[in-house]
Amino acid sequence: MAREGLMYTDSDEWVQKKDNNILRVGITDHAQSELGDIVYVDLPEIGEEYDKGDDVNEIESVKAVAEVKAPVSGKIVAINDQLEDDPALLNEEPFDNGWIFEIEMTDPDQLENLMDLEEYESKLEE
Amino acid sequence: MTELIFELTSPGRKAYTLPDCDVDVDYDDKIKDFIDEEPVNLPEVSEQDLMRHYVELSTLNFHVDKGMYPLGSCTMKYNPKINEDIARLDGFSDIHPYSADEDIQGLLEMLFDFEKDLKILTGMDKFTFQPAAGAHGELTGIKIFRKYFDNKGEDRDKIIVPDSAHGTNPATASMGGFEVITIKSNDKGCVDLDALRDAMDETVAGLYLTNPNTLGIFEEDILEIAKIVHDEGGLLYYDGANLNATMGISRPGDMGFDIVHLNLHKTFSAPHGGGGPGSGPIGVKDFLTQYLPVPVVKKDDNGNKYKLDYSLENTIGKIHGFFGNVGVVVKAYAYTKLLGLKGLKKVSEMACLNANYLKDNLKKDYYLKFNRLCKHEFVLSGKNQKAENSVKTLDIAKRMLDFGVHPPTVYFPQIVDEALMIEPTETESKQSLDNFIRIMKKIASEAKNNPETVKKAPHTTPVKRLNEAKAMRNPDLKYENE
Amino acid sequence: MAYYPHTSEEIEEMLSSLGYESIEELFEDIPKEARFNDESLLNEGTSELEVSKLMKELSEKNKTVDDYICFMGGGAYDRYIPSTVDHVISRPEFYTAYTPYQPEVSQGTLQHIYEYQTMICRLTGMDVANASMYDGASALAEAVIMAMNVSRKNKIVVPKSLNPYWLRVVKTYLLGSDAEFVMVEEKNGEIDYCDLEDKIDDDVAAVLTQYPNSFGIVENLKEIKDKFTSKKTMFVVMADPIALGLLKKPGDLGADIVVGEGQQLGIPLSFGGPYLGYFAFRKKYVRKSPGRIIGKTEDKEGKRGFVMTYQTREQHIRREKATSNICTNQGLMTVAASVYMSTLGKQGLREVAEQSYKKAHYLFNELTRIDGIKKAYPDKPFFDEFVIEVNTDLNKLKYKMKKEGYLPGIILKHQYPEKDNQLLIAVTEKRTKEEMDSFVSKIKTILKG
Repeated sequence: MAREGLMYTDSDEWVQKKDNNILRVGITDHAQSELGDIVYVDLPEIGEEYDKGDDVNEIESVKAVAEVKAPVSGKIVAINDQLEDDPALLNEEPFDNGWIFEIEMTDPDQLENLMDLEEYESKLEE
Repeated sequence: MTELIFELTSPGRKAYTLPDCDVDVDYDDKIKDFIDEEPVNLPEVSEQDLMRHYVELSTLNFHVDKGMYPLGSCTMKYNPKINEDIARLDGFSDIHPYSADEDIQGLLEMLFDFEKDLKILTGMDKFTFQPAAGAHGELTGIKIFRKYFDNKGEDRDKIIVPDSAHGTNPATASMGGFEVITIKSNDKGCVDLDALRDAMDETVAGLYLTNPNTLGIFEEDILEIAKIVHDEGGLLYYDGANLNATMGISRPGDMGFDIVHLNLHKTFSAPHGGGGPGSGPIGVKDFLTQYLPVPVVKKDDNGNKYKLDYSLENTIGKIHGFFGNVGVVVKAYAYTKLLGLKGLKKVSEMACLNANYLKDNLKKDYYLKFNRLCKHEFVLSGKNQKAENSVKTLDIAKRMLDFGVHPPTVYFPQIVDEALMIEPTETESKQSLDNFIRIMKKIASEAKNNPETVKKAPHTTPVKRLNEAKAMRNPDLKYENE
Repeated sequence: MAYYPHTSEEIEEMLSSLGYESIEELFEDIPKEARFNDESLLNEGTSELEVSKLMKELSEKNKTVDDYICFMGGGAYDRYIPSTVDHVISRPEFYTAYTPYQPEVSQGTLQHIYEYQTMICRLTGMDVANASMYDGASALAEAVIMAMNVSRKNKIVVPKSLNPYWLRVVKTYLLGSDAEFVMVEEKNGEIDYCDLEDKIDDDVAAVLTQYPNSFGIVENLKEIKDKFTSKKTMFVVMADPIALGLLKKPGDLGADIVVGEGQQLGIPLSFGGPYLGYFAFRKKYVRKSPGRIIGKTEDKEGKRGFVMTYQTREQHIRREKATSNICTNQGLMTVAASVYMSTLGKQGLREVAEQSYKKAHYLFNELTRIDGIKKAYPDKPFFDEFVIEVNTDLNKLKYKMKKEGYLPGIILKHQYPEKDNQLLIAVTEKRTKEEMDSFVSKIKTILKG
């Protein structure tokens, strides 16, 4: 269901630490399977800033809308525009080609609030 | 596969005739530049082809005259045939909306008399028939909220809705420029009074509520709810989608509601027409009469002529280009005359009997989150079927299609997982209800013993499950082959 | 008369299976103070025969467009409705179905709406049409809301030549929003271009235009669009669907949203409703659009089928963030419109439009030859509705003409207080030369009298 080496949020985003305080963000396999066939991703704009917990963008399936939240505070530095043409990537490869955006964090301490794999899996079991 | 009407087209074919044009006039120079040389590319078919096409399309539909249609909160009752005949009388269908009052005395008399009945039935003081649907009534209501508080100089910017509310309630509040505060239901499925008290203050314009609520449960604390809202100066709006449960038994006006809408296409038997037209008149208490959209129907001072009155002091304006879906009102009026208000009380009694009968007979087979007396509808859950055999509520719904009944409303209200919201209405016979019970039990047993049959359903419908994701990923919203 | 089928034995049987003795017990959860107890207020029902009679009597107290010869329009028109229309919409398969929530058993309704959407797109020259709004006025209001959401601006520019009654609906819809309405003057019956230029700036969310306008005059859409200063400003055109059978499509002239009153497409006058608000727009705005939309797809065996799509815009999913609160629409009226458009077809709609144009111009020419009647807006192109200025008390004239059996038109002063002595006259394909000639001679006699 989830993957080793990533960090997780309460709202089912995964977070991968890259260089220079940059984090890559996507939604978990669990999140995509709850949503069902994803048909549209409304991507954020590069350069926009968000506080931790803000709604960054929307993901739509046939009959549901989900918000992707900022796992930390920071500025969007990259988006996965492949999702515009092929939103199904979120269903098919949520941890790989289905990543959504990269954010440059302003406060690395916020990482401490994220869950590791074990914590996330036990949350899912609840 | 049924061909599209465009695929039946053959250039030059005709299904119409018109008299020869008997005036000799040509296009003048002023209009010439505006004329499109090419006529609109509409179908070109014969009358027989056209009729066959629409008859074939019609056979692909499920409908009330074919079988039970227990959609929760939709009140899919039988539509008496006499209504249709009456609405087609020339004296109703051929009236121009700008006719003078003296030419529409029969129509105004009908609206006036219907209003009288509705006032008794709801305990409200004045009605408008202008809203064309329930959500349109809600919109009218929210504009009255807005203008009322503006006039009082009160700056209220929030509306409370329960988490079990119809989606139209929060959507309407937004269209009124209000922020929506959603409050949770308590463990009995009702409005949580503490949550309401916490949310209610002088910045809140009011509460949108349906009673019985979407779980089919009567809000027992309704009087206290009204008091909490009124004590803080707020207004109470009644979503009439569920009025079929309490006619002649309990009136929204007596419960403390300030504005109510009725769904004439639900409670009052006007048909749904594959999505509409409906009619959503709203009634208000005296102190809001002056806010209604104009015109309203009035008897003149001598009391023998009816007229349209445009003189309401604080009117919100107009909410419909003309006077609403009057042709639908005619049907509802005829229905009300047939049953009388006494008969409408019996309607509610029978609707509640039928719902409780179904609930009682199905609660062993499907999880019932709120196991208590219900009104005209109740909500089961397919969560056990999902947990035990991965059969989802959607699968159960699709399987029902194979047995010739329409599924209930599914996945609503959102506070019940895998919800199946069932409203049988009063017009279903005991045989029909027993048949429905048999089908639901059979599907529950199939879910255990033969889950694949359910998961792959439907098996007998004109088309199988449709790829809705494809429809959105590759949108095709009109026929392109010109 | 009642439609609840249980016999008293069945009721007893059902109650006792539930452990109850009486129906009243089903309502014991309703607090006493909220009960209704005054049975004496509840009247009795009656038989179908009696109701039939009552309704017939009521209906006969009304005077219809069959009792008069109708020259009244103003947004609702006396047109011929081919017999096919009522035969199709009388089928219970269409009129007793609900919103097509279960597509497997609603393909009739769904495919029909897809065809309807196609016809509306072809009529207006737009990319996408929805499955209907309540009426033309509410469609216009929803178009304004959509334009504000797309452009993220709040100024709405409205020419005075747009039907004031419909504008009133728009304003009611926008109560409580930050919309700011800016009126553009009328000049000789059409939009005043200089004033338009003055009023347009980069903050405009939408410019509205009625086509033809509320005086029947065909506005020059292209010229209006040329005055726009911002690409974000949306051009909202409210078009007469029969006129579109003859005139250039708003979509070809720069419109972004085209809406209109669809009553003329096979729907009886019925004192103003049920009618049909049609609603069409450019594809790129689909996610901001209101109402139901049907799309083509296939079932799991690859067979063509139709479903409701873009549902995430709608209230049942997105709740307070929905693009509109509309749920029930005018479904059956779209069936009427489709059957009407299919019956007339490509040539028929053109012919209805052409005859309406010609007859209207014939009457216009004859009337404006009478002493005491002049052209209110000379030299402006009109379609099938026009304004004359009559040198008399119009209320009296109207009263006398009604006595002679005519609905002579609409007195514009009701909508435009500054317009004295102006009468708006509509002519449809139904009118004959004979009717028009006698109309003219009656007016002549009255004016002389």
